[in-house]
Order: sequence, then C-alpha cells, then structure tokens
Amino acid sequence: MNDVAKASFIERAATATPAPVARVIKGLSDRAIAWLFISPTIILLLAINIFPLIWTIQLSFTNYRANRPNAEVKNIGIDHFQSILTDPDVWAAMQATAHFVFWTILIQTVLGFALAYLVDRRFRGHGFWTTVILIPMMLSPAVVGNFWAFLYQPQIGLFNYVISFFTGLDPSSFEMIGSVKLAPWAIVLVDTWMWTPYVMLICLAGLRSIPEYIYEAAEVDRASKWRQFWTITLPMALPFIMLAVLFRGIENFKMFDLVNLLTNGGPGSTTEVASITLKREAFEKWRTGYSSAFAIILFVTVFGLANIYVKALNKVKSR
Amino acid sequence: MLKLKQVAVGAAALGLASLAATPAFAQNKQITLCWAAWDPANALVELSKDFTAKSGIQMKFEFVPWPNFADRMLNELNSKGKLCDLLIGDSQWIGGSAENGHYVKLNDFFDKNGIKMTDFAPATVYAYSTWPKGSPNYWALPAMGDANGWVYRKDWFAKPELKAEFKKKYSRDLAPPKTWTELKQVAEFFQGREIDGKKVYGAAIFTERGSEGITMGVTGALYAWGFQYDDPKKPYHMEGFVNSKDAVAALEFYKSLYKCCTPPGYTNAYMQEGLDAFKSGQAAMMMNWFAFFPGLYKDEKVGGEHIGFFVNPGQKVEASTLGGQGISVVSYSANKDAALQYIKWFAQPDVQKKWWSLGGYSCHKAVLGDPNFPKTAPFAADFLKAMNGVKDFWQEPAYAQLLQAMQKRVHDYVVADKGTAKEALDLLVKDWEKVFKEEGKL
Repeated sequence: MNDVAKASFIERAATATPAPVARVIKGLSDRAIAWLFISPTIILLLAINIFPLIWTIQLSFTNYRANRPNAEVKNIGIDHFQSILTDPDVWAAMQATAHFVFWTILIQTVLGFALAYLVDRRFRGHGFWTTVILIPMMLSPAVVGNFWAFLYQPQIGLFNYVISFFTGLDPSSFEMIGSVKLAPWAIVLVDTWMWTPYVMLICLAGLRSIPEYIYEAAEVDRASKWRQFWTITLPMALPFIMLAVLFRGIENFKMFDLVNLLTNGGPGSTTEVASITLKREAFEKWRTGYSSAFAIILFVTVFGLANIYVKALNKVKSR
Repeated sequence: MLKLKQVAVGAAALGLASLAATPAFAQNKQITLCWAAWDPANALVELSKDFTAKSGIQMKFEFVPWPNFADRMLNELNSKGKLCDLLIGDSQWIGGSAENGHYVKLNDFFDKNGIKMTDFAPATVYAYSTWPKGSPNYWALPAMGDANGWVYRKDWFAKPELKAEFKKKYSRDLAPPKTWTELKQVAEFFQGREIDGKKVYGAAIFTERGSEGITMGVTGALYAWGFQYDDPKKPYHMEGFVNSKDAVAALEFYKSLYKCCTPPGYTNAYMQEGLDAFKSGQAAMMMNWFAFFPGLYKDEKVGGEHIGFFVNPGQKVEASTLGGQGISVVSYSANKDAALQYIKWFAQPDVQKKWWSLGGYSCHKAVLGDPNFPKTAPFAADFLKAMNGVKDFWQEPAYAQLLQAMQKRVHDYVVADKGTAKEALDLLVKDWEKVFKEEGKL
C-alpha cells in the first residue's frame, strides 16, 4: 500500500469516526492510550492468574468440596491451615520435598557447572557435544518418566543390568523404584539426568560473559589456573549459578510429573512430595477447601524463600 | 374435498408416526456408555449390537483404563458432564452419586416396566443398586457381578515330582489352597523354583498404591479373618473392629505373603501387572477379579487345561472382596429416555443369558439360578460361591477419602515397612474417624 493510499485510508477512517467518539479519542492522553493497549493483557492476567488465586484464598477458609455441589459451604476460619501445619503426614511430605530439592540442586549445580566449564574449553566438536548433552532437557517429562520406569524395572530394565555388569549383583536383587531406600535416589537421578543440561546452559552463559582480558591480566600477574578459577571464574559466574539454583529450586519444589510417573509417591509414602499430597487431597479425596489452604501454604513458602534468595542474589551481583 | 384433505393429512401423520417407531428413524439417536477398559467391556460391545439392531439406537462406548477410571469418571460426574448417558460405575460410588444427584433414581422406572430387583442376586442388588445401603432405593441395575478370586497353574500342580516333594514337605496334596495358611505354603513352595527352565514365583497379589489395588488385596485377607468395618450395633464405631487382633494378624499375614512369595519388583501391582506376571509364566498363583477369568481361560499360552481357579481362601470365615458394578443413568444426560430403554433391554433374562455366554458376569437369577450354571465354565461354581460371601468396602459418599486413607496406611506398612500392622490399623481408625467426623456421622 503506498503513502497516498494509506493517507486516504486514514482519512477515510477519520471521517467515518463519529464526531463524539473522535472528540473522546482526541482528548486521551498518551498514558490513557498506553493503558488502552495493555488492558487486554491485564484483563487476561487477572482472569487466569489473579482471580483463581483470590478464589483459592477464599476457598481455603471454607469446607467446600468440588464433588458435593449440593452441600452447604461453611466458613471454617483457619481450621484447614491449623490441621495442615499440625499434620505429621504433611510434614513427612515436606521432608520428602526438601530431600529431593536439596540433593537435585546440589548435584545438578556441581555437575552442570563442571560440564559448562568443560564445554567452555572449546575443544574439537564441542558444539556437537553441547547439543548431545542438551537432549534430555528437550524431552517431555512424561516421556522421561515412562522411559525411566522401564529402565528401572528389576527384571527387564536396562539400568539393573548395567549396575549388575559393574558390580556383579543379581539384576533382580534390587529395585530402584520399589525400595524405600533407593526410590528417593531413583527420582533424584532421573531429575539430574534431565535437568543438569539446563544448569549447564546457564553456567555456560556465565562463563562466556567473563571478559578474556581479565584472564590475560591474571596471566601477566602469573596467577595459577587454580587461583584464576577461585578468584575470577567462580565469583564472576556466581550470579549465574545462583540464578540456575533459583530456577531449579522453584521447579523442583513443585515437582509433580516425574514423581507421579516413576513412583506415584510410593513405596508407601516414601517419595510423596508436597505436590503429590496436594493432588491426592484435591482430586482423589476431593477436599477442595483443604487443598486450597495447602496450595496457599506451598505458594507462600516458595514465594518467601525465592524472595530471600533473590535478595541474596542481588547482593552477590552488586559486589 | 375437505374430507379428502383431512384423510390425506391423517394418512401422512400416521405414516410419519410409524416411521418414527422404526429402527431406521431411531438411527439418528446415539447414546454413550462409559465403563472401564477391560475384557468384559469388549463383551458388552458385542452384546449391545443386539440392542442397536432392535431399537435402532446407536451405541458409543467410552472405556477408560482402570487406574484412571475413578478419577476420570468422578471428574465427569462432578463437573456435570454430558459425556456419558449410561455409566457402569464402581459399587463404592453409589453413595456419593446418589446423594450428589449424579444418578437417576430408578424405582419408578423399574415399577413401570416390570423390572423386579428380586430377579437379581440379593448380594448384587445390595452392593450395586441401593443407597442408603439395603434400602429399597435403586440407583443402578446390577450389571456385572464380580469378586476377587484366584487362578493357579494346574499343569505345575500336576507335575509328579512337585506333587511328591510337596506331600513330603507338608503332608498333604499339592492342591488349590483352602486357607490363607495353605496358600502361603504353596506360594513358598513355588517361590524361586525352576520350572521348564524358567525361574518362577509363588503368588501375584495386589500391591498397587495409586487407586484401590492394595486395599482390594488386603481386604481379601482381612475378610477371611472376619474383619468388620464397624460395630454392627453401633455404626461408625471402629475402634476394636478395624484394628482388632484378627485384623492385625491378617494384615501381618498379607505382608508376609508379599515378602516371601511375589515376583521381583512387585511393589505397585494391580490387575494388569498380575495378568502380565501370570501370562508370562512367572507366577504359580494369581489373585485377580473373576471378570478376567473368561479371557484367561481362552489364553493360548496359559489358558485351557493349563490353569485352574479357586475362590478366595478362608481362614476364620469364608469371604471374598466384592468387585463388580451396576449400570446407572447419568442425571446430566440429554438422552435419558434412550438410556432407560437400554436398561430395560439389558434387564431381560435372555439378554442376561447372552451376556454371561459372551464373558460378562450376569447377576440375574435366570442365569445364576440355572442348575447347569456351575458347569457352564470352569470358574462358574467358584464365582457362585464367591458371590455368596462377598463383602464390600465403605460405599459412603466420602468413600474416596476412606479409600485413600487405607491405601496409604496399608501400603506404608506392607510395602514400605513403616511401623507395625497394629500401628497402621490404629492410624487408619484415626483417619476414618476424622472423615466421619467431618461428615457429621460421628
């Protein structure tokens, strides 16, 4: 469309606009027009994020059950919050979550950083290997969960055969997802396999952001490689590492899919992390009010911890 | 002239009315029947072809695998979904579905159409149709009778060397067990043994955590030890009943059976895992629902003469865990009339006979009461025996909570080695008391 045609289109549109409407538009400030443009997004956000949150808060103070549409909904104050915070089973689920979050973050950070450090050396074919390393995180968690459930199968699973090859143990003599001792580690292992590449990617970005001239200056000062690592590489990559820890921490605190597919919280309640408990309360027992209260407690916990952590991250960054 | 016009209009109306009554016209109608995806569902598809042929109403089926069946269907009902016109729902759902208005009450319809509940086996009417329990308020027609039973490798039991060895060890014949103690002995005897060059295991039992598996398995033992859910004189009073000495002994026994005699990796196994273990020739005995037995008997590898069946063994009493379902009309259906028409058709004795012949378990006395019934299939006599002593889990509206509590406590003890049997049952009493308090029943 040429300028003349455009102008004529705008002109035609302007002429077609009724005078009262045109007066209103003309009278709008830039700020008002900006609001006009972002209001659809805000309305959408309110509808799909804020409204459910407020509704959840409201439900958490009631005895509402989604499977009892005809039952009277009573306000029961903070009863749900009290019973959740004093329930030993809930604390056991929180412990299982903490165990999972702690070990996955620790292992993934160490391995992810090590891999990033290795890939950053820019050896021959490093691009290809970087892509290979990234494959697990590209897969769907549902696929990964089912895939590892087969690998862990004690009679036909490849995992047991590999372990048996190296240790001489009978492959069917141990069960990764059926044993109380091994099941939590089985999940940690799968999550590590899947998400270490993600940590590596963030760490790699950190390592590549360190200017080369700093290392050159260190070389001039005859600083050893070890010293360079502790005084340049690690401190300068630390904000990125901390960011990866934050992302993985938040993700793993609400981990559901892998646990659900691998162990479904079992054996017994050994791997029943908070999200599995929440799902059981909400969609198997249909305690909607109770599960709303539980969801809020989890939200506040993650939000609170993440805020404290972000403050620490900002401190590190400003150093 | 006017008269001629009137005659013509009348004739046209008559023609249209007669057309409407023919199957060709009804072909536009379609109803959806929802059930679990398992062997009997395939038999029902076959059977329902007769209904379509007779009524012209097309049948659509929505079958959901068992582990997701309850979640999927209860979600559907709770959201007042219109997916299902007819639902063959689990017996435990009846309380909730009746009280929450999910099912159409069928009393008037039964009266109008001459469907008598006395034509069906009393245990099935009680379990699959009534709410409040035992009252003459019917919410379903008994559709699929079922109980937990056992299947065993008859060919292995018949091996002369094994028979001799067993007799020497236990001073009795190697035969289907009559008690749980005998069952464990047989399972121990087979555990880890090599048969036909393959390592085999004693028994495939239910240990599943997510839906209802381990509860259905454990109750098989609990009922045999005389388990009561509550004081018969004081409803919902569970202390001393749920955690009685016998209940503790039964739970300990189930755990010992799980520990000694199941295949490796058997920590989360239900119907399908049991079938897999048995069909692949790993297990000497398998606990499973009678519903699977017709299919198993037809299995080329392990069916026919290779296998035998036995009813859940007794210990202090003879009892079996109830399975099975009734067929209900969903209140939110837009095709209630057609759905009711299906129920009317399904209730007929001839249809019920065909249902049994295709592999479905009829609850109709015309089938079960036939003197030849025990001879119609190798498992028919055991099915009759089992149905005479069935016991079901709570059918309360809060059944999901009650079930989940039992799944957790029992799995924690049996599979995850957490605490003692007494502690597990004490905790279960507390959980259940909490639920009934919330329900206002305690």
